[in-house]
Amino acid sequence: MTCRTERMTDTMPLPYLPNTEADRKAMLRDIGVDSVDELFRDIPEEFRNPDLSLPPPLSELELKKELGRLAGSNVSLDDYACFLGAGSYRHFIPSVVDHMISRSEFYTAYTPYQAEVSQGTLQSVYEFQSLICQITGMEVSNAGMYDGSTSAAEAAMMACAIKNRSKVAVLASVNPTYREVLDTYSRGKDLPLVTVESDGDGLPADCACLIIQQPNFFGHFEPIESYVRKAHEVGALIIDIVDPISLGIYRPPGDYDVDIVVGEGQSLGIPMSLGGPYLGLFACRKDYVRRMPGRIIGKTVDVDGNPGYVMTLVTREQYIRRDRATSNICTSESLMALAATVYLSALGKTGLRRVAELCYHKAHYAAREIEKIKGYSLAFSQPFFKEFVVRCPVPPSRINKALLKEKIIGGLDVSHLVDDGLLLCVTEVNTKQEIDRLVKTLGAV
Amino acid sequence: MKRHELLPDISRPGRIGCTLPDLDVPSSEMPSEELLREELEIPEVSEVDLVRYFTALSKLNYGVDTGFYPLGSCTMKYNPKWHEDVARLPGFAAIHPHQPEESLQGALELMFRLQEYLSQVTGMDATSLVPVAGAHGELAGLYMVRAYHEDRGDSARKKILLTDSSHGTNPASAAMCGMEAGVVASDENGDLDLSSLDSMMNDEVAALTLTMPSTLGLFDPKIAEIARLVHDRGGLLGGDGANLNALLGKARFGDLGFDYVQLNLHKTFSTPHGGGGPGSGPVCARQNLADFMPTPLVADDDGRYRLVSPPKTIGRIATFYGNFSVMVKAYAYARSLGEEELKRISEDAVLNANYLKENLKEYYHLPYDRICMHEVVFSGKKQKAKGVATLDIAKRLLDYGLHPPTVYFPLIVSEALMTEPTETESKETLDEYIAAMKEIAREAEENPEVLHSAPLNTPIRRLDDARAFRQLDLRWEMKGRENSGG
Repeated sequence: MTCRTERMTDTMPLPYLPNTEADRKAMLRDIGVDSVDELFRDIPEEFRNPDLSLPPPLSELELKKELGRLAGSNVSLDDYACFLGAGSYRHFIPSVVDHMISRSEFYTAYTPYQAEVSQGTLQSVYEFQSLICQITGMEVSNAGMYDGSTSAAEAAMMACAIKNRSKVAVLASVNPTYREVLDTYSRGKDLPLVTVESDGDGLPADCACLIIQQPNFFGHFEPIESYVRKAHEVGALIIDIVDPISLGIYRPPGDYDVDIVVGEGQSLGIPMSLGGPYLGLFACRKDYVRRMPGRIIGKTVDVDGNPGYVMTLVTREQYIRRDRATSNICTSESLMALAATVYLSALGKTGLRRVAELCYHKAHYAAREIEKIKGYSLAFSQPFFKEFVVRCPVPPSRINKALLKEKIIGGLDVSHLVDDGLLLCVTEVNTKQEIDRLVKTLGAV
Repeated sequence: MKRHELLPDISRPGRIGCTLPDLDVPSSEMPSEELLREELEIPEVSEVDLVRYFTALSKLNYGVDTGFYPLGSCTMKYNPKWHEDVARLPGFAAIHPHQPEESLQGALELMFRLQEYLSQVTGMDATSLVPVAGAHGELAGLYMVRAYHEDRGDSARKKILLTDSSHGTNPASAAMCGMEAGVVASDENGDLDLSSLDSMMNDEVAALTLTMPSTLGLFDPKIAEIARLVHDRGGLLGGDGANLNALLGKARFGDLGFDYVQLNLHKTFSTPHGGGGPGSGPVCARQNLADFMPTPLVADDDGRYRLVSPPKTIGRIATFYGNFSVMVKAYAYARSLGEEELKRISEDAVLNANYLKENLKEYYHLPYDRICMHEVVFSGKKQKAKGVATLDIAKRLLDYGLHPPTVYFPLIVSEALMTEPTETESKETLDEYIAAMKEIAREAEENPEVLHSAPLNTPIRRLDDARAFRQLDLRWEMKGRENSGG
């Protein structure tokens, strides 16, 4: 074999293509064709082998450099103080989480159709379902959905199917992006979406469900008992969007007679990653389990009587029931559910409670200190957990710009919802020093 | 730790699996009692027990890294390891979706380039990366179809046509979009039956959605006629791109007449399947549908990257912008390939499938004996005649240390074995699979009992699905356990 340099660069093979030229020739001979092109003869010739004008390929070495440059031009929150929440939260993730989900037997498998060689995935989902039931106080959980907002949308559709009604009511204090997703999904299904103001008036008597968020988008607690009562009075289900970290200390929705619980599971050991992959939580009363979307894992026994796990209630699912399935969901966020399972196991009851307490005390310290600054006030007086809205003396966009200069990512500008409102989030990751720096900078704006 | 123990079994009061800081600010008064929970019953496990527990679980799994995984229509190709590293760079992992755009320029640039790349490879005008899974992308496509017709004032189109070999997600997505699904038959070659389409394609039909190549692993040579017929009658042609691995650099959906196509980056672009996600299901569309795409898209505004909303967008379909870390891996893969490599992927995928087909068709019934694309669908009906079901064949493969193909799908092939080897498997691996399948065919003739009782060598044997369904056990409870500490 010759080894001319100009040939070498031309033929640098891909490590993911093990067939050699000799293999290819032998295989083509077996198939009985002369060239690989003959295998593509069903594609009409006019469409075959288009010119793509793609750039030349890069090696691992070059691409790592290139991707390092792209990553480096973002502001990583490992380097800045950050007070953003509003649906994506910065919580501490113990290293054990990433180590466990990096076991490639987990992450290179697919949907556990062959239960005998998928017990790792199946048993861990059974753990996940159990843990979600334990923290929410609900009876059953599925294996996870795409994210918090799509979970809420699927819950609304499920409620409509259960109640045989078409109207969906949503409380005005629900996260507006969730509201937008609800709008898209309900328009698709021709289910009118009605907004209910915070006093609960205007709840339509013929609605299938009322969706609330606890704590709500602005961070504070809703009088959930009154909403549960109002919804049940008109025969509607109540759907509660929860923050799973808050459940470390707060009363779970199961205690309030809630029918369906959904939520964003990202807080449970999943990086922020610009918004995905995340994890939709979905739990409900046992009575409704056959109407649930998504995968559900059940415990059973094998032919020798040993305990094992399988996908169950599969007749709800699209690959069996097609257009009469409870949802179209198939591939979801299984590995993220595993992350949440490892996270909750690592924290345990002491750890989850402590994370919630740290968030609570730090957020309240920050709120108290900000309130002391001239011109700033808290927009709401209700109890809150880790997020709160501050009314600012100048437009919040200006404040965020000033904070960014000080290497602080400020809050979410909600001035379109609350006059001069800035939605701040404080978690266990924020140190006293960071909070004090935030307060100092706010005072100087 | 015993094999069948669960987390609550290894829990002991006072244990924990990580450390957390002390409070460094003055504490505040706790909220009123009625807001607080009485008890929180979740397991307390030490870090070492935790690691051993999940490590032991992982060993019960079979993944692409374990061995051959020819699950049809799932494209279980190898997942390059270094992609995992780059997706975890702090500049990609530790960024918040609501950060100011100027602090996210690298991430947005990557998304923009991936949009452009996928548009180029599919021959489309625009790409939205928001859908997080294939079925999510399908749904986005159908919302776009509906919005397109409504925008033209043509709201009578309430029907989606699909083929009898389509994925279950296709009719389920149609139902979620408020559409009725109509089924077009396949002809004797496994292609779409043109006369059936002709009779169904009227002014109530919003779109025909077609998996290309089909789930039978076949490319329909009549595609141009199909596209013409659908368009002439005012409909749109939608693509399910689950099987794009057959067509990379070989043909483009846009050129073939499709108006949109949804992709699966976790199949074609080598990102890991994660045991059932995370995936990524971008939707790529031609100009006529581009204005309706889900929000947001990334735009290049003179070198400054911004999130923008298409003018007639169907709206938001996920909380944020899609599965970003999956996009990083897909981009890394895409840029590792030039035009030659891209073509080579599909050529080897198709070559491998045809090699399996030729070597096994004597032993297993081949319902459509023609050149196949990236996958081949056999039928176990020869073996069924001997009392051996396709399920038995699948379970026996497990004993040979191999993952079975997709079974009992597509529905139009009885006892289907839908086999997709992918390009990342060597001839030796294929030969090993061929040998096992031949041996199983022999066993079906000579010793069917061994097939009925398979698998014998797996961590657990055949499970009782009926019992799981009848006696629902979907969770454990902490209460009443000896080790719970009261």
